[in-house]
Amino acid sequence: MRSAREGFRPRAYALFAGVTLLALALCISAGSVGVPLTDTLHILWRALCGLPQQQGATDPAIILAVRLPRVLCVALSGAALALGGGAMQGLLRNPLADGATLGVASGASLGAVIAIAFGITLPGLPMAGETIMAMLFAFLSLLAVLGLAYRLDTSLATHTIILIGVVYSMFVSSALTLVLALAPEKIRQITFWTMGSLAAGNYPDALMLALALLIFGGALMLRARELNAFAIGEDTARHIGVDVRRVKLLVLVAVSALIGVCVSVGGTISFVGLVIPHMARMLAGPNHRRLLPACAFGGAVFLMFADLAARTILSPLELPIGVVTSLVGATLFVYIFYTTGRKGHA
Amino acid sequence: MLDAQHVTVRRGAIAALRDVSCALAPGQWLMVAGPNGAGKSTLIGAISRAVPYAGSVYLNGQNIATLRPRELARAVGVLAQRPSTGYAFTVEEVVRLGRYAYTTGPLSPPDAQGETAVAEAIDMTGIASLLGRGIHTLSGGELQRVFLAQVFAQNPQLLLLDEPTNHLDLAYQKQTFDLITQWLRAPGRAALCAAHDLSLALAYGTHALLLRAGEAVAQGPVHQALAPALLRDVYGMDVQGWMRGLLERW
Repeated sequence: MRSAREGFRPRAYALFAGVTLLALALCISAGSVGVPLTDTLHILWRALCGLPQQQGATDPAIILAVRLPRVLCVALSGAALALGGGAMQGLLRNPLADGATLGVASGASLGAVIAIAFGITLPGLPMAGETIMAMLFAFLSLLAVLGLAYRLDTSLATHTIILIGVVYSMFVSSALTLVLALAPEKIRQITFWTMGSLAAGNYPDALMLALALLIFGGALMLRARELNAFAIGEDTARHIGVDVRRVKLLVLVAVSALIGVCVSVGGTISFVGLVIPHMARMLAGPNHRRLLPACAFGGAVFLMFADLAARTILSPLELPIGVVTSLVGATLFVYIFYTTGRKGHA
Repeated sequence: MLDAQHVTVRRGAIAALRDVSCALAPGQWLMVAGPNGAGKSTLIGAISRAVPYAGSVYLNGQNIATLRPRELARAVGVLAQRPSTGYAFTVEEVVRLGRYAYTTGPLSPPDAQGETAVAEAIDMTGIASLLGRGIHTLSGGELQRVFLAQVFAQNPQLLLLDEPTNHLDLAYQKQTFDLITQWLRAPGRAALCAAHDLSLALAYGTHALLLRAGEAVAQGPVHQALAPALLRDVYGMDVQGWMRGLLERW
Protein backbone atom coordinates (compact mmCIF):
# COMPACT_ATOMS: atom_id res chain seq x y z
CA MET A 1 0.00 0.00 0.00
CA ARG A 2 1.41 3.36 -0.98
CA SER A 3 2.19 6.12 1.47
CA ALA A 4 -0.39 8.62 2.56
CA ARG A 5 1.04 11.75 0.93
CA GLU A 6 -1.94 13.83 -0.07
CA GLY A 7 -0.38 17.24 -0.58
CA PHE A 8 1.94 18.46 -3.32
CA ARG A 9 5.65 17.68 -3.26
CA PRO A 10 8.08 20.56 -2.62
CA ARG A 11 9.07 20.32 -6.30
CA ALA A 12 5.50 21.17 -7.31
CA TYR A 13 5.45 24.15 -4.96
CA ALA A 14 8.73 25.40 -6.47
CA LEU A 15 7.18 25.10 -9.93
CA PHE A 16 4.02 27.00 -8.89
CA ALA A 17 6.08 29.73 -7.25
CA GLY A 18 8.28 30.01 -10.34
CA VAL A 19 5.29 30.34 -12.67
CA THR A 20 3.68 32.92 -10.37
CA LEU A 21 6.87 35.00 -10.21
CA LEU A 22 7.27 34.81 -13.97
CA ALA A 23 3.69 36.00 -14.45
CA LEU A 24 4.36 38.78 -11.95
CA ALA A 25 7.42 39.94 -13.89
CA LEU A 26 5.57 39.77 -17.22
CA CYS A 27 2.61 41.74 -15.91
CA ILE A 28 4.90 44.38 -14.43
CA SER A 29 6.88 44.86 -17.61
CA ALA A 30 3.85 45.00 -19.94
CA GLY A 31 1.52 47.99 -20.07
CA SER A 32 0.94 51.36 -21.70
CA VAL A 33 4.68 52.03 -21.44
CA GLY A 34 6.40 48.75 -22.26
CA VAL A 35 9.53 48.07 -20.25
CA PRO A 36 11.60 45.16 -21.59
CA LEU A 37 11.46 42.13 -19.30
CA THR A 38 15.24 42.16 -18.72
CA ASP A 39 15.13 45.83 -17.66
CA THR A 40 12.20 45.07 -15.38
CA LEU A 41 14.11 42.25 -13.73
CA HIS A 42 17.15 44.51 -13.37
CA ILE A 43 15.10 47.22 -11.70
CA LEU A 44 13.45 44.71 -9.35
CA TRP A 45 16.81 43.15 -8.50
CA ARG A 46 18.37 46.52 -7.73
CA ALA A 47 15.40 47.45 -5.56
CA LEU A 48 15.53 44.13 -3.71
CA CYS A 49 19.27 44.50 -3.03
CA GLY A 50 18.91 48.14 -2.05
CA LEU A 51 21.19 49.29 -4.92
CA PRO A 52 20.63 52.74 -6.46
CA GLN A 53 18.62 52.83 -9.69
CA GLN A 54 20.03 54.31 -12.92
CA GLN A 55 20.13 58.07 -12.93
CA GLY A 56 17.51 59.93 -14.96
CA ALA A 57 15.49 56.88 -16.09
CA THR A 58 11.69 57.01 -15.71
CA ASP A 59 11.25 53.24 -15.88
CA PRO A 60 12.22 52.54 -12.26
CA ALA A 61 9.56 54.99 -11.07
CA ILE A 62 6.86 53.39 -13.23
CA ILE A 63 7.85 49.89 -12.18
CA LEU A 64 8.42 50.44 -8.47
CA ALA A 65 5.93 53.16 -7.61
CA VAL A 66 3.01 52.21 -9.86
CA ARG A 67 3.10 48.75 -11.36
CA LEU A 68 4.71 46.61 -8.71
CA PRO A 69 2.34 47.60 -5.88
CA ARG A 70 -0.64 47.27 -8.20
CA VAL A 71 0.33 43.85 -9.54
CA LEU A 72 1.16 42.65 -6.03
CA CYS A 73 -2.31 43.69 -4.87
CA VAL A 74 -3.81 41.94 -7.88
CA ALA A 75 -1.89 38.72 -7.26
CA LEU A 76 -2.67 38.65 -3.54
CA SER A 77 -6.36 39.44 -4.13
CA GLY A 78 -6.57 36.69 -6.71
CA ALA A 79 -4.99 34.20 -4.32
CA ALA A 80 -7.25 35.23 -1.43
CA LEU A 81 -10.46 35.19 -3.45
CA ALA A 82 -9.74 31.82 -5.06
CA LEU A 83 -8.72 30.30 -1.74
CA GLY A 84 -11.90 31.60 -0.08
CA GLY A 85 -14.04 30.29 -2.93
CA GLY A 86 -12.38 26.87 -2.86
CA ALA A 87 -12.87 26.53 0.91
CA MET A 88 -16.49 27.65 0.65
CA GLN A 89 -17.29 25.18 -2.11
CA GLY A 90 -15.84 22.38 -0.02
CA LEU A 91 -17.61 23.39 3.17
CA LEU A 92 -21.01 23.68 1.49
CA ARG A 93 -20.42 20.84 -0.95
CA ASN A 94 -21.64 23.21 -3.62
CA PRO A 95 -19.41 23.93 -6.63
CA LEU A 96 -21.27 27.16 -7.37
CA ALA A 97 -20.57 28.80 -4.01
CA ASP A 98 -18.43 31.92 -4.24
CA GLY A 99 -18.29 35.39 -2.73
CA ALA A 100 -20.23 36.77 -5.66
CA THR A 101 -22.89 34.06 -5.98
CA LEU A 102 -23.55 33.99 -2.24
CA GLY A 103 -23.87 37.77 -2.04
CA VAL A 104 -20.93 38.02 0.37
CA ALA A 105 -18.91 40.32 -1.88
CA SER A 106 -21.82 42.72 -2.36
CA GLY A 107 -22.44 42.62 1.39
CA ALA A 108 -18.79 43.49 1.99
CA SER A 109 -18.92 46.41 -0.45
CA LEU A 110 -22.04 47.68 1.29
CA GLY A 111 -20.08 47.65 4.53
CA ALA A 112 -17.18 49.56 2.94
CA VAL A 113 -19.55 52.05 1.33
CA ILE A 114 -21.36 52.71 4.61
CA ALA A 115 -17.99 53.33 6.23
CA ILE A 116 -17.11 55.90 3.54
CA ALA A 117 -20.51 57.55 3.34
CA PHE A 118 -20.88 58.01 7.07
CA GLY A 119 -17.20 58.54 7.80
CA ILE A 120 -16.70 55.50 10.02
CA THR A 121 -12.98 55.31 10.80
CA LEU A 122 -10.66 53.95 13.38
CA PRO A 123 -8.40 56.61 14.90
CA GLY A 124 -4.85 56.34 13.62
CA LEU A 125 -5.54 53.80 10.87
CA PRO A 126 -6.76 55.49 7.68
CA MET A 127 -8.21 52.43 5.84
CA ALA A 128 -9.19 50.36 8.84
CA GLY A 129 -12.79 51.60 9.07
CA GLU A 130 -13.60 50.39 5.57
CA THR A 131 -11.74 47.13 5.98
CA ILE A 132 -13.33 46.23 9.29
CA MET A 133 -16.79 47.16 8.04
CA ALA A 134 -16.26 45.14 4.85
CA MET A 135 -15.17 42.08 6.85
CA LEU A 136 -18.04 42.47 9.28
CA PHE A 137 -20.61 42.86 6.55
CA ALA A 138 -19.15 39.94 4.63
CA PHE A 139 -19.58 37.73 7.70
CA LEU A 140 -23.10 38.99 8.45
CA SER A 141 -24.10 38.51 4.80
CA LEU A 142 -22.79 34.97 4.85
CA LEU A 143 -24.72 34.23 8.04
CA ALA A 144 -27.90 35.76 6.60
CA VAL A 145 -27.73 33.88 3.30
CA LEU A 146 -26.76 30.56 4.88
CA GLY A 147 -29.33 30.93 7.63
CA LEU A 148 -32.10 31.56 5.16
CA ALA A 149 -30.97 28.78 2.83
CA TYR A 150 -30.69 26.35 5.74
CA ARG A 151 -34.33 26.90 6.65
CA LEU A 152 -35.36 25.93 3.14
CA ASP A 153 -32.97 23.07 2.53
CA THR A 154 -30.75 21.73 5.28
CA SER A 155 -28.24 20.12 2.91
CA LEU A 156 -27.17 23.49 1.41
CA ALA A 157 -25.83 21.51 -1.53
CA THR A 158 -28.44 22.57 -4.03
CA HIS A 159 -29.16 25.60 -6.13
CA THR A 160 -31.47 27.06 -3.45
CA ILE A 161 -28.56 28.72 -1.74
CA ILE A 162 -27.39 30.37 -4.97
CA LEU A 163 -30.88 31.68 -5.60
CA ILE A 164 -30.97 33.21 -2.13
CA GLY A 165 -27.51 34.67 -2.70
CA VAL A 166 -28.70 36.34 -5.90
CA VAL A 167 -31.80 37.74 -4.21
CA TYR A 168 -29.63 38.95 -1.37
CA SER A 169 -27.28 40.68 -3.84
CA MET A 170 -30.26 42.51 -5.32
CA PHE A 171 -31.33 43.59 -1.86
CA VAL A 172 -27.80 44.83 -1.14
CA SER A 173 -27.60 46.75 -4.41
CA SER A 174 -30.78 48.63 -3.54
CA ALA A 175 -29.31 49.36 -0.11
CA LEU A 176 -26.20 50.68 -1.93
CA THR A 177 -28.37 52.94 -4.05
CA LEU A 178 -30.01 54.19 -0.89
CA VAL A 179 -26.63 55.04 0.62
CA LEU A 180 -25.73 56.83 -2.63
CA ALA A 181 -28.90 58.88 -2.36
CA LEU A 182 -28.02 59.83 1.20
CA ALA A 183 -24.41 60.74 0.42
CA PRO A 184 -24.40 62.04 -3.17
CA GLU A 185 -21.06 63.84 -2.77
CA LYS A 186 -19.28 60.47 -2.37
CA ILE A 187 -20.70 59.03 -5.58
CA ARG A 188 -17.37 58.68 -7.42
CA GLN A 189 -15.69 56.95 -4.53
CA ILE A 190 -18.64 54.67 -4.05
CA THR A 191 -19.07 53.48 -7.64
CA PHE A 192 -15.44 52.39 -7.48
CA TRP A 193 -16.35 49.68 -4.95
CA THR A 194 -19.14 48.29 -7.01
CA MET A 195 -17.06 48.08 -10.21
CA GLY A 196 -13.91 46.66 -8.74
CA SER A 197 -10.51 48.11 -9.52
CA LEU A 198 -7.02 47.60 -8.23
CA ALA A 199 -5.56 50.49 -10.25
CA ALA A 200 -4.80 52.44 -7.09
CA GLY A 201 -3.19 49.51 -5.26
CA ASN A 202 -0.29 50.59 -3.07
CA TYR A 203 2.23 48.94 -0.76
CA PRO A 204 0.18 49.26 2.46
CA ASP A 205 -2.75 47.57 0.66
CA ALA A 206 -0.45 44.79 -0.52
CA LEU A 207 0.86 44.35 3.01
CA MET A 208 -2.65 44.12 4.41
CA LEU A 209 -3.64 41.55 1.76
CA ALA A 210 -0.49 39.54 2.45
CA LEU A 211 -1.21 39.50 6.18
CA ALA A 212 -4.84 38.47 5.62
CA LEU A 213 -3.73 35.73 3.26
CA LEU A 214 -1.16 34.50 5.74
CA ILE A 215 -3.52 34.46 8.72
CA PHE A 216 -6.89 33.50 7.26
CA GLY A 217 -5.62 31.65 4.20
CA GLY A 218 -3.26 29.75 6.49
CA ALA A 219 -6.12 28.93 8.86
CA LEU A 220 -8.06 27.46 5.94
CA MET A 221 -5.12 25.42 4.68
CA LEU A 222 -4.67 23.94 8.16
CA ARG A 223 -8.28 22.74 7.98
CA ALA A 224 -7.84 20.86 4.70
CA ARG A 225 -8.76 17.48 6.23
CA GLU A 226 -11.92 18.86 7.79
CA LEU A 227 -12.84 20.49 4.49
CA ASN A 228 -12.35 17.16 2.74
CA ALA A 229 -14.80 15.59 5.16
CA PHE A 230 -17.32 18.39 4.62
CA ALA A 231 -16.89 18.08 0.86
CA ILE A 232 -17.96 14.45 1.12
CA GLY A 233 -20.85 15.32 3.40
CA GLU A 234 -21.52 17.11 6.65
CA ASP A 235 -22.84 13.86 8.13
CA THR A 236 -19.61 12.10 7.20
CA ALA A 237 -17.67 14.93 8.82
CA ARG A 238 -19.64 14.56 12.05
CA HIS A 239 -19.38 10.78 12.04
CA ILE A 240 -15.60 10.69 11.70
CA GLY A 241 -15.21 13.11 14.60
CA VAL A 242 -14.95 16.59 13.08
CA ASP A 243 -16.11 19.34 15.42
CA VAL A 244 -18.66 20.41 12.84
CA ARG A 245 -19.85 23.64 14.44
CA ARG A 246 -16.41 24.91 15.27
CA VAL A 247 -14.86 24.16 11.90
CA LYS A 248 -17.83 25.66 10.09
CA LEU A 249 -17.59 28.85 12.11
CA LEU A 250 -13.84 29.05 11.59
CA VAL A 251 -14.14 28.58 7.83
CA LEU A 252 -16.97 31.11 7.55
CA VAL A 253 -15.01 33.70 9.54
CA ALA A 254 -11.82 33.11 7.54
CA VAL A 255 -13.63 33.28 4.19
CA SER A 256 -15.51 36.46 5.15
CA ALA A 257 -12.27 38.03 6.33
CA LEU A 258 -10.51 37.20 3.06
CA ILE A 259 -13.37 38.50 0.93
CA GLY A 260 -13.80 41.55 3.17
CA VAL A 261 -10.15 42.56 2.87
CA CYS A 262 -10.15 42.02 -0.90
CA VAL A 263 -13.30 44.10 -1.30
CA SER A 264 -11.94 46.89 0.88
CA VAL A 265 -8.83 47.07 -1.32
CA GLY A 266 -10.20 46.42 -4.77
CA GLY A 267 -13.99 46.53 -4.67
CA THR A 268 -16.12 43.68 -5.98
CA ILE A 269 -14.12 41.41 -8.25
CA SER A 270 -16.59 38.68 -9.08
CA PHE A 271 -16.20 35.05 -9.99
CA VAL A 272 -12.48 34.57 -9.27
CA GLY A 273 -13.57 32.36 -6.38
CA LEU A 274 -15.73 30.36 -8.78
CA VAL A 275 -13.53 30.00 -11.86
CA ILE A 276 -10.23 29.13 -10.21
CA PRO A 277 -11.39 26.44 -7.76
CA HIS A 278 -13.28 24.81 -10.60
CA MET A 279 -10.19 24.66 -12.80
CA ALA A 280 -7.97 23.70 -9.88
CA ARG A 281 -10.30 20.83 -9.06
CA MET A 282 -10.08 19.56 -12.62
CA LEU A 283 -6.29 19.63 -12.50
CA ALA A 284 -5.45 18.76 -8.89
CA GLY A 285 -8.55 16.84 -7.76
CA PRO A 286 -10.93 17.69 -4.93
CA ASN A 287 -8.57 16.95 -2.01
CA HIS A 288 -8.15 20.28 -0.22
CA ARG A 289 -4.52 19.55 0.64
CA ARG A 290 -3.80 20.07 -3.04
CA LEU A 291 -6.85 22.07 -4.04
CA LEU A 292 -6.28 25.03 -1.70
CA PRO A 293 -2.63 25.66 -2.64
CA ALA A 294 -3.54 25.21 -6.30
CA CYS A 295 -6.34 27.77 -5.86
CA ALA A 296 -3.99 30.28 -4.25
CA PHE A 297 -1.38 30.10 -7.02
CA GLY A 298 -3.96 29.77 -9.79
CA GLY A 299 -5.96 32.72 -8.47
CA ALA A 300 -2.88 34.91 -8.32
CA VAL A 301 -1.84 34.10 -11.90
CA PHE A 302 -5.38 34.34 -13.28
CA LEU A 303 -6.10 37.72 -11.76
CA MET A 304 -2.72 39.13 -12.84
CA PHE A 305 -3.50 38.24 -16.45
CA ALA A 306 -7.09 39.47 -16.13
CA ASP A 307 -5.69 42.76 -14.85
CA LEU A 308 -3.17 42.85 -17.70
CA ALA A 309 -6.03 42.31 -20.16
CA ALA A 310 -8.09 45.02 -18.47
CA ARG A 311 -5.37 47.62 -18.86
CA THR A 312 -4.00 46.69 -22.29
CA ILE A 313 -6.88 45.47 -24.51
CA LEU A 314 -8.44 48.90 -25.07
CA SER A 315 -5.31 50.87 -24.14
CA PRO A 316 -5.13 53.74 -23.26
CA LEU A 317 -8.66 53.16 -21.96
CA GLU A 318 -8.62 50.91 -18.89
CA LEU A 319 -11.44 48.44 -18.27
CA PRO A 320 -12.51 47.70 -14.71
CA ILE A 321 -10.95 44.36 -13.80
CA GLY A 322 -14.29 43.11 -12.48
CA VAL A 323 -15.65 43.31 -16.02
CA VAL A 324 -13.01 40.93 -17.31
CA THR A 325 -13.44 38.39 -14.51
CA SER A 326 -17.23 38.57 -14.75
CA LEU A 327 -17.18 37.88 -18.48
CA VAL A 328 -15.12 34.74 -17.94
CA GLY A 329 -16.87 33.80 -14.70
CA ALA A 330 -20.46 34.20 -15.81
CA THR A 331 -19.85 31.97 -18.81
CA LEU A 332 -18.31 29.29 -16.64
CA PHE A 333 -21.11 29.66 -14.08
CA VAL A 334 -23.68 28.82 -16.75
CA TYR A 335 -21.57 25.85 -17.83
CA ILE A 336 -21.25 24.45 -14.28
CA PHE A 337 -24.91 25.12 -13.57
CA TYR A 338 -25.83 23.25 -16.72
CA THR A 339 -23.61 20.24 -16.10
CA THR A 340 -24.35 19.89 -12.38
CA GLY A 341 -28.07 20.30 -12.93
CA ARG A 342 -27.93 17.25 -15.14
CA LYS A 343 -25.83 14.80 -13.19
CA GLY A 344 -24.82 15.89 -9.73
CA HIS A 345 -21.47 17.61 -9.47
CA ALA A 346 -18.21 16.16 -10.63
CA MET B 1 -21.47 -1.18 26.91
CA LEU B 2 -24.29 1.03 25.61
CA ASP B 3 -26.87 2.22 28.08
CA ALA B 4 -29.42 4.72 26.78
CA GLN B 5 -31.87 5.95 29.38
CA HIS B 6 -35.16 7.76 28.83
CA VAL B 7 -34.15 9.22 25.48
CA THR B 8 -36.68 11.74 24.15
CA VAL B 9 -36.31 13.68 20.91
CA ARG B 10 -38.69 16.49 20.06
CA ARG B 11 -39.32 17.78 16.55
CA GLY B 12 -41.33 20.92 17.12
CA ALA B 13 -44.41 19.97 19.07
CA ILE B 14 -44.25 16.23 18.35
CA ALA B 15 -42.00 13.77 20.09
CA ALA B 16 -40.16 11.74 17.44
CA LEU B 17 -38.89 9.53 20.25
CA ARG B 18 -40.45 9.33 23.68
CA ASP B 19 -38.74 7.93 26.77
CA VAL B 20 -36.91 5.11 24.99
CA SER B 21 -34.32 3.15 26.91
CA CYS B 22 -32.11 0.40 25.59
CA ALA B 23 -28.94 -1.42 26.56
CA LEU B 24 -26.36 -3.32 24.59
CA ALA B 25 -23.55 -5.66 25.66
CA PRO B 26 -20.40 -6.48 23.66
CA GLY B 27 -21.01 -8.96 20.85
CA GLN B 28 -24.67 -8.06 20.56
CA TRP B 29 -26.39 -6.77 17.47
CA LEU B 30 -29.53 -4.82 18.31
CA MET B 31 -32.07 -4.47 15.53
CA VAL B 32 -34.35 -1.46 15.88
CA ALA B 33 -37.58 -2.22 14.03
CA GLY B 34 -40.89 -0.50 13.51
CA PRO B 35 -43.00 1.04 10.76
CA ASN B 36 -42.00 4.25 8.94
CA GLY B 37 -41.84 7.17 11.33
CA ALA B 38 -41.46 4.96 14.39
CA GLY B 39 -38.23 6.72 15.36
CA LYS B 40 -35.58 4.22 14.23
CA SER B 41 -33.31 6.78 12.54
CA THR B 42 -34.02 9.32 15.26
CA LEU B 43 -32.64 6.94 17.89
CA ILE B 44 -29.47 6.57 15.83
CA GLY B 45 -29.32 10.34 15.44
CA ALA B 46 -29.52 10.78 19.21
CA ILE B 47 -26.82 8.20 20.01
CA SER B 48 -24.51 9.72 17.39
CA ARG B 49 -25.33 13.21 18.74
CA ALA B 50 -26.62 14.37 15.37
CA VAL B 51 -29.93 15.47 16.91
CA PRO B 52 -30.48 17.09 20.31
CA TYR B 53 -32.13 14.79 22.84
CA ALA B 54 -33.28 14.68 26.42
CA GLY B 55 -32.28 11.76 28.63
CA SER B 56 -28.84 10.24 28.85
CA VAL B 57 -26.72 7.92 26.78
CA TYR B 58 -23.80 6.14 28.43
CA LEU B 59 -21.08 4.28 26.63
CA ASN B 60 -18.85 2.15 28.82
CA GLY B 61 -19.98 4.24 31.78
CA GLN B 62 -19.23 7.59 30.12
CA ASN B 63 -21.98 10.01 29.24
CA ILE B 64 -21.59 10.66 25.50
CA ALA B 65 -22.74 14.25 25.93
CA THR B 66 -19.44 14.96 27.69
CA LEU B 67 -17.21 13.49 24.96
CA ARG B 68 -15.31 15.64 22.48
CA PRO B 69 -16.19 14.99 18.82
CA ARG B 70 -13.00 12.97 18.24
CA GLU B 71 -13.53 10.91 21.41
CA LEU B 72 -17.08 10.18 20.35
CA ALA B 73 -15.90 9.10 16.89
CA ARG B 74 -13.37 6.69 18.40
CA ALA B 75 -16.22 5.11 20.36
CA VAL B 76 -19.16 5.30 17.96
CA GLY B 77 -19.10 4.86 14.17
CA VAL B 78 -22.04 5.49 11.86
CA LEU B 79 -22.86 4.00 8.48
CA ALA B 80 -25.46 6.21 6.84
CA GLN B 81 -28.41 5.00 4.87
CA ARG B 82 -27.21 6.43 1.61
CA PRO B 83 -23.71 7.82 1.72
CA SER B 84 -23.32 10.92 -0.36
CA THR B 85 -20.89 11.54 -3.18
CA GLY B 86 -20.15 15.08 -4.13
CA TYR B 87 -16.73 15.78 -5.52
CA ALA B 88 -14.52 13.20 -7.16
CA PHE B 89 -12.57 12.01 -4.13
CA THR B 90 -10.79 8.70 -4.54
CA VAL B 91 -11.82 5.60 -2.61
CA GLU B 92 -8.52 5.64 -0.74
CA GLU B 93 -9.00 9.24 0.37
CA VAL B 94 -12.46 8.40 1.71
CA VAL B 95 -11.24 5.36 3.64
CA ARG B 96 -8.30 7.27 5.12
CA LEU B 97 -10.63 9.96 6.44
CA GLY B 98 -11.88 7.29 8.85
CA ARG B 99 -8.68 7.81 10.82
CA TYR B 100 -9.44 11.49 11.43
CA ALA B 101 -10.40 10.88 15.06
CA TYR B 102 -6.93 9.51 15.80
CA THR B 103 -5.15 12.73 14.86
CA THR B 104 -4.98 15.64 17.24
CA GLY B 105 -5.05 18.61 14.90
CA PRO B 106 -3.66 20.10 11.72
CA LEU B 107 -0.05 19.46 12.76
CA SER B 108 -0.68 16.21 14.55
CA PRO B 109 1.99 13.50 14.72
CA PRO B 110 1.35 10.58 12.37
CA ASP B 111 -1.31 8.14 13.49
CA ALA B 112 0.67 5.05 14.55
CA GLN B 113 -1.93 2.36 13.90
CA GLY B 114 -3.39 4.20 10.92
CA GLU B 115 -1.74 2.28 8.10
CA THR B 116 -2.60 -1.10 9.60
CA ALA B 117 -6.18 -0.13 10.35
CA VAL B 118 -6.72 1.24 6.84
CA ALA B 119 -5.10 -1.82 5.23
CA GLU B 120 -7.24 -4.18 7.32
CA ALA B 121 -10.42 -2.29 6.52
CA ILE B 122 -9.64 -2.38 2.80
CA ASP B 123 -8.81 -6.06 2.97
CA MET B 124 -11.91 -6.97 4.94
CA THR B 125 -14.30 -5.14 2.62
CA GLY B 126 -12.49 -6.34 -0.50
CA ILE B 127 -12.14 -2.93 -2.11
CA ALA B 128 -8.41 -3.09 -2.91
CA SER B 129 -9.14 -2.96 -6.63
CA LEU B 130 -11.21 0.21 -6.24
CA LEU B 131 -8.66 2.33 -4.34
CA GLY B 132 -7.77 4.73 -7.14
CA ARG B 133 -11.33 5.10 -8.46
CA GLY B 134 -13.38 8.24 -7.92
CA ILE B 135 -16.30 7.63 -5.54
CA HIS B 136 -18.69 9.25 -8.03
CA THR B 137 -18.03 6.40 -10.47
CA LEU B 138 -19.02 3.61 -8.06
CA SER B 139 -22.26 1.65 -7.94
CA GLY B 140 -24.44 1.89 -4.83
CA GLY B 141 -23.13 -1.40 -3.48
CA GLU B 142 -19.48 -0.51 -4.06
CA LEU B 143 -20.01 2.86 -2.43
CA GLN B 144 -21.58 1.26 0.62
CA ARG B 145 -18.55 -1.02 0.96
CA VAL B 146 -16.21 1.99 0.74
CA PHE B 147 -17.99 3.77 3.57
CA LEU B 148 -18.08 0.51 5.51
CA ALA B 149 -14.29 0.38 5.10
CA GLN B 150 -14.10 3.98 6.34
CA VAL B 151 -16.03 3.15 9.49
CA PHE B 152 -14.00 -0.06 10.01
CA ALA B 153 -10.81 2.02 9.75
CA GLN B 154 -12.31 4.33 12.36
CA ASN B 155 -12.41 1.25 14.61
CA PRO B 156 -15.28 2.25 16.92
CA GLN B 157 -16.66 0.06 19.70
CA LEU B 158 -20.26 0.67 18.75
CA LEU B 159 -21.37 0.66 15.13
CA LEU B 160 -24.61 2.43 14.27
CA LEU B 161 -26.26 1.45 10.98
CA ASP B 162 -29.17 3.35 9.53
CA GLU B 163 -31.01 0.95 7.21
CA PRO B 164 -27.66 0.29 5.56
CA THR B 165 -28.86 -1.88 2.70
CA ASN B 166 -32.24 -0.39 1.90
CA HIS B 167 -31.40 0.60 -1.64
CA LEU B 168 -29.01 -2.26 -2.40
CA ASP B 169 -29.36 -5.41 -4.47
CA LEU B 170 -29.75 -8.71 -2.65
CA ALA B 171 -26.14 -9.77 -3.14
CA TYR B 172 -24.90 -6.53 -1.58
CA GLN B 173 -27.40 -6.81 1.28
CA LYS B 174 -26.05 -10.24 2.18
CA GLN B 175 -22.46 -9.10 1.76
CA THR B 176 -22.92 -6.05 3.99
CA PHE B 177 -24.66 -7.97 6.76
CA ASP B 178 -22.07 -10.78 6.59
CA LEU B 179 -19.26 -8.23 6.86
CA ILE B 180 -20.80 -6.65 9.94
CA THR B 181 -21.27 -10.08 11.52
CA GLN B 182 -17.59 -10.75 10.88
CA TRP B 183 -16.62 -7.35 12.32
CA LEU B 184 -18.62 -8.07 15.48
CA ARG B 185 -16.55 -11.18 16.24
CA ALA B 186 -13.66 -9.13 17.63
CA PRO B 187 -14.01 -8.49 21.37
CA GLY B 188 -15.57 -5.32 22.74
CA ARG B 189 -17.70 -4.50 19.74
CA ALA B 190 -21.46 -4.10 19.34
CA ALA B 191 -23.82 -2.92 16.63
CA LEU B 192 -27.16 -1.17 16.55
CA CYS B 193 -29.06 -1.20 13.29
CA ALA B 194 -32.25 0.50 12.15
CA ALA B 195 -33.85 -2.35 10.25
CA HIS B 196 -36.50 -2.02 7.63
CA ASP B 197 -36.36 -5.62 6.52
CA LEU B 198 -37.70 -7.83 9.31
CA SER B 199 -36.37 -11.05 7.78
CA LEU B 200 -32.84 -9.63 7.80
CA ALA B 201 -33.41 -8.42 11.37
CA LEU B 202 -34.40 -11.93 12.48
CA ALA B 203 -31.55 -13.55 10.57
CA TYR B 204 -28.69 -11.34 11.74
CA GLY B 205 -29.78 -9.62 14.97
CA THR B 206 -29.17 -11.00 18.43
CA HIS B 207 -31.54 -8.55 20.09
CA ALA B 208 -34.30 -6.25 18.94
CA LEU B 209 -36.12 -3.10 19.94
CA LEU B 210 -39.59 -2.64 18.49
CA LEU B 211 -40.77 0.94 18.18
CA ARG B 212 -44.16 2.41 17.36
CA ALA B 213 -44.72 6.16 16.93
CA GLY B 214 -41.64 7.00 18.96
CA GLU B 215 -42.30 4.65 21.84
CA ALA B 216 -40.72 1.32 22.73
CA VAL B 217 -43.20 -1.55 22.44
CA ALA B 218 -40.88 -4.44 23.17
CA GLN B 219 -37.22 -5.29 23.54
CA GLY B 220 -35.14 -8.32 24.27
CA PRO B 221 -33.70 -11.27 22.36
CA VAL B 222 -34.62 -10.88 18.72
CA HIS B 223 -37.24 -13.64 18.44
CA GLN B 224 -38.92 -12.46 21.61
CA ALA B 225 -39.05 -8.75 20.76
CA LEU B 226 -40.14 -9.43 17.19
CA ALA B 227 -42.68 -12.12 18.10
CA PRO B 228 -45.55 -12.51 15.59
CA ALA B 229 -48.20 -11.18 17.99
CA LEU B 230 -46.21 -8.01 18.69
CA LEU B 231 -45.51 -7.40 15.01
CA ARG B 232 -49.18 -7.87 14.16
CA ASP B 233 -50.06 -5.27 16.73
CA VAL B 234 -47.42 -2.72 15.67
CA TYR B 235 -47.67 -3.08 11.89
CA GLY B 236 -51.46 -3.54 11.89
CA MET B 237 -51.23 -6.68 9.76
CA ASP B 238 -50.34 -10.35 10.02
CA VAL B 239 -46.62 -9.88 9.31
CA GLN B 240 -45.68 -13.51 9.83
CA GLY B 241 -48.48 -14.76 7.61
CA TRP B 242 -47.55 -12.29 4.89
CA MET B 243 -43.85 -13.21 4.98
CA ARG B 244 -44.60 -16.93 4.89
CA GLY B 245 -47.06 -16.36 2.07
CA LEU B 246 -44.36 -14.58 0.12
CA LEU B 247 -41.87 -17.39 0.71
CA GLU B 248 -44.31 -20.01 -0.53
CA ARG B 249 -44.04 -18.54 -3.99
CA TRP B 250 -40.49 -19.86 -4.18
